[in-house]
Amino acid sequence: MNYRKVTRDDIDTLIGITSTDRVFTEDAINEDYSRDELSADERYPEVLVKANSTQEVSRIMTYAYENDIPVTPRGQGTGLVGGAVALFGGIMIDLNNMNQILELDEENLTLTVEPGVMLMEIMKYVEERDMFYPPDPGEKSASIGGNINTNAGGMRAVKYGVTRDYVRSLEVVMPNGEIMEFGGKVVKNSSGYSVKDLIVGSEGTLGIVTKAVLRLLPLPKTAISLLIPFPDLFSAIETVPKIIKAKAIPTAIEFMERDVILAAEEYLGMQFPDSSANAYLLLNFDGNSKEEIEGIYENVANICLDAGAEDVLIADTQERKEAIWKARGAFLEAIKASTSDMDECDVVVPRNRIAEFVKFADTLKEEFDVRIMGFGHAGDGNLHLYVLKDQMDRAAFSDKLSKVFDRMYEKARELGGAVSGEHGIGYAKKPFLKDSLGDSGMSLLGAIKQAFDPKLILNPGKVCS
Amino acid sequence: MLRITTCIKQVPGTTKVEVDEETGVLKRDGIESKMNPYDLYALETALKIKEKNGAELRVISMGPPQASEVIKEAYMMGADDGLLLSDRKFAGADVLSTAYTLSQGIAAQGMPDLIICGKQTTDGDTAQVGPEIAEFLSIPHVANVIRIREIKAEAIVVDMDLPYAVETVEIAFPCLITVEKGIYQPRLPSFKLKKATQDRPIHQLCLKDFTDQNETRYGLKGSPTQVVRIFPPEANTERETWEGSGPELVGMIHDRLITEKFI
Repeated sequence: MNYRKVTRDDIDTLIGITSTDRVFTEDAINEDYSRDELSADERYPEVLVKANSTQEVSRIMTYAYENDIPVTPRGQGTGLVGGAVALFGGIMIDLNNMNQILELDEENLTLTVEPGVMLMEIMKYVEERDMFYPPDPGEKSASIGGNINTNAGGMRAVKYGVTRDYVRSLEVVMPNGEIMEFGGKVVKNSSGYSVKDLIVGSEGTLGIVTKAVLRLLPLPKTAISLLIPFPDLFSAIETVPKIIKAKAIPTAIEFMERDVILAAEEYLGMQFPDSSANAYLLLNFDGNSKEEIEGIYENVANICLDAGAEDVLIADTQERKEAIWKARGAFLEAIKASTSDMDECDVVVPRNRIAEFVKFADTLKEEFDVRIMGFGHAGDGNLHLYVLKDQMDRAAFSDKLSKVFDRMYEKARELGGAVSGEHGIGYAKKPFLKDSLGDSGMSLLGAIKQAFDPKLILNPGKVCS
Repeated sequence: MLRITTCIKQVPGTTKVEVDEETGVLKRDGIESKMNPYDLYALETALKIKEKNGAELRVISMGPPQASEVIKEAYMMGADDGLLLSDRKFAGADVLSTAYTLSQGIAAQGMPDLIICGKQTTDGDTAQVGPEIAEFLSIPHVANVIRIREIKAEAIVVDMDLPYAVETVEIAFPCLITVEKGIYQPRLPSFKLKKATQDRPIHQLCLKDFTDQNETRYGLKGSPTQVVRIFPPEANTERETWEGSGPELVGMIHDRLITEKFI
């Protein structure tokens, strides 16, 4: 695809659509906009525009489409696969000014938001009103637009599902600038292809989400977490299918190892309530009373003890839960702070195969003489494994990384898994997606992309384009 | 063996407790309760000493019968024995009468070597009960303890946090200390211990078990302080955003602090 370079005229047009103080070029573009949270490579857009409304996004898109200029939409830039990085320069549209909560519909239990509202703001807003937006990704400062575009999962997926399960409708600016709406405030919908569900998780390659109607639930009144120490990681993870089989549905089943907990303690300067064991499972149960939840978790606690757990520790107050979950929320940052650079593998495998995958990943540490740290959502089969650069030089790291990743993704395929559980493909994981879907799969994705964006100007270089 | 007693209290489980506008009393109906978070640090300190030096750990609480919940919770964390002081005549106690009641309860069971209290409670917030217990028992006490340095045969060595210094002191047993938040990270209650201690008794004492049975020293009658009114503090959520250069903003803040009479 031949994209046109941005000219002075283009910039003037963009200023005409928006205003002088919202259009940035060259040195005026903050370094943050050149990358996301993980990748160190810097790629700058030629021009950055902060949009204030759907109309502005639509007019920018129309202009870019007519002039063959690539466009990269961006929220808070907290992604981990380069999805919001302008690989081909062009225009970057920053949607963070569109950050209003537009409507709480208590009769339909929906919340209408602009894409720039941060996840933590949504959670606070609805929970103050006794309502609940269940998706719970670790990065609470991510924008909801980014969550929708990656189909973010998080720590309540075991019981409640992922972002896609909570999107009722979307207003989308199409690559040609047309404004369309998909879905509605309806609970059921069998009206043709579900374009809304296709856009969720499309990483800004099919359209720009400018408004979303989210589905809410009544807020569960209380929750209890169980921190369960095990002598080793494998006995911990092998217990997970037994918990699931017991039909008690925790909101979360997380696993963590001692080295990651120690890293988080150091990073946060606070102590975890227990760090005596080599590995832990962390479970969370919600419900309407302490007694109700106690009745549910007792069975699970006994299963864990039978499976070799050293104990089952109960976090039943705000302070106790915070001491655990604050550390859990900082794992990624803590691992990052412990090394010079890293890359991650966000595979998902069927839940009963997770122990097998973790055992396999453990053998790679020795085989490739590399530090690999990990944690993850044992209850939904989604792992976050980080390969750390430490003292290696860039070339050696990059070589080792690709070998380790090849082996990991190959193993995930063998176990019936998928490339990304929740972080997406972006540009960083494209080769692995291709390996996983094959030529036919990729050409189907390509055809869908063509149908939405025949000129391939929206977020080029990502997912399948 | 060293005998330690830790004082614990049951408090509302949430900070969002409403106050009845007319009576000025906290609305406790339907509100879940929990162990006073500061007491968790006292309990953890006792448990750490027990693990390292060996000790017999008793917890003591004053409150209505349902306050036995926090004693069970202390069992789940590793306490050996629990005592609940419960009597209608203890109701409505202020700081002084609470401390006196606890001191009588502690003395009734034989003086321990070491009494550990949390810094304060999250509902009363006076931070006076601990030192007052020690005064009634005529034993030495140290508040604001941030570190346990050593347990000797006849004394404990601790670091006490003062506004501009940390003082290391040695106190002879029997004595009382109150510990600061964060001295140790409190452990979580254990499901294993829950199962193991579910039939462990909780001893109860009432006024007639005490040496001093003079009713005027307990509860409302023994309380020189009376609560006139409890009300939620006014919340000010007004915000202003100023824009400008560093020096301009500093000037604006300076002027504002003067007009608001803060400086």
